[in-house]
Amino acid sequence: MDTATLEARFQARIDADERIEPKDWMPDAYRKALIRQMSQHAHSEIVGMLPEGNWITRAPTLKRKAILMAKVQDEGGHGAYLYSATETLGITRETLIEELLSGAAKYSSIFNYPTPTWADIGAIGWLVDGAAIMNQIPLCRCSYGPYARAMVRICKEESFHQRQGFDILLQLSRGTEAQRAMAQGALDRWWWPSLMMFGPPDADSKHSAQSMRWKVKRFSNDELRQRFIEFTVPQAQFLGLAVPQGEIDWNEFHEVLKGHGPCNHERLAARRRAHESGRWVREAALAYAGKQRDRERDQHREAV
Amino acid sequence: MTTSRDWPLYEVFIRARGGLDHKHVGSIHAVDARMAMEHARDVYTRRQEGVSIWVVRSSEIVASDPAEADAFFEPARDKVYRHPTFYDIPDEVKTL
Repeated sequence: MDTATLEARFQARIDADERIEPKDWMPDAYRKALIRQMSQHAHSEIVGMLPEGNWITRAPTLKRKAILMAKVQDEGGHGAYLYSATETLGITRETLIEELLSGAAKYSSIFNYPTPTWADIGAIGWLVDGAAIMNQIPLCRCSYGPYARAMVRICKEESFHQRQGFDILLQLSRGTEAQRAMAQGALDRWWWPSLMMFGPPDADSKHSAQSMRWKVKRFSNDELRQRFIEFTVPQAQFLGLAVPQGEIDWNEFHEVLKGHGPCNHERLAARRRAHESGRWVREAALAYAGKQRDRERDQHREAV
Repeated sequence: MTTSRDWPLYEVFIRARGGLDHKHVGSIHAVDARMAMEHARDVYTRRQEGVSIWVVRSSEIVASDPAEADAFFEPARDKVYRHPTFYDIPDEVKTL
């Protein structure tokens, strides 16, 4: 069968809302686009552990500390689900991680912003995870089976993240003047970057049209961004916080994307350091397992 | 021969509750079966999603080829008489 026929059949399956599974025929461009999107998503989960990990040792109470640890563990888990789903497309996790560490692969720009106060942890949960949920719920129905299934699992867990973030800000907003100011400061810092998480305006989004045809994406960037604003503004009002007024600075978005955000260098350096200092552990575990297998084989031989 | 230093891949299957089948949930890297079991627990059952886990080396899974699915499943296609609805039973006959 020639490629044109295969492609027509593939698109017909997508149009009929069928799911594509790993061993099914798929166009190279579809495979590549998914690897790009899913691995970026996985990297974002892993890098996303860093700004929050920053506050584990300084969480205000033991309860908050236990919750934050659980959340950061979830992010690691989400990275693992997504690397696992990406590997079904015929690429190894090792290659994906190399691409992250070399800077060849991207991750969500939002994690290149710092978390100077405890309230930032609240704002990340409420706004950043809130925006992520808005982006991710439609992905539960995306055309690639393993991605859709991973997203179902992730969305369930993100809901806890968003609520715990709101809960942090709720408590601060009911506190002292200084605590209220801290909550407002965090909203001021995270509002615009959160809105940027939905990607460039529809007119400038170069992957959108094809992604919609493949039913990987189901709503436009601007549609989701608008929905997020409509959900979030009344929640800010409930907290007694003022939503920043103005417009998105797309220049800032492009600068952070290019690597000139406040923490790009620090984040990648932290990942590289973790990868390098964990290398001996990974190698030792592999060597130990090999030795155990040899030993079992020898014992088996002696017994025979 | 691959020069990969990454740990081998295991597929993970979880029984959510007693009485249910094990269901595929994803995969995990580990050096051996015991580590695969522990990592599968940490990654896939952080909220008590299971009472039992199976792990198996991904390379040991044998799968049917979707490109051959039509021919492969063809033998069952023309055997409608295997279904109870194939038979017309008179209304007067009860409990059949």
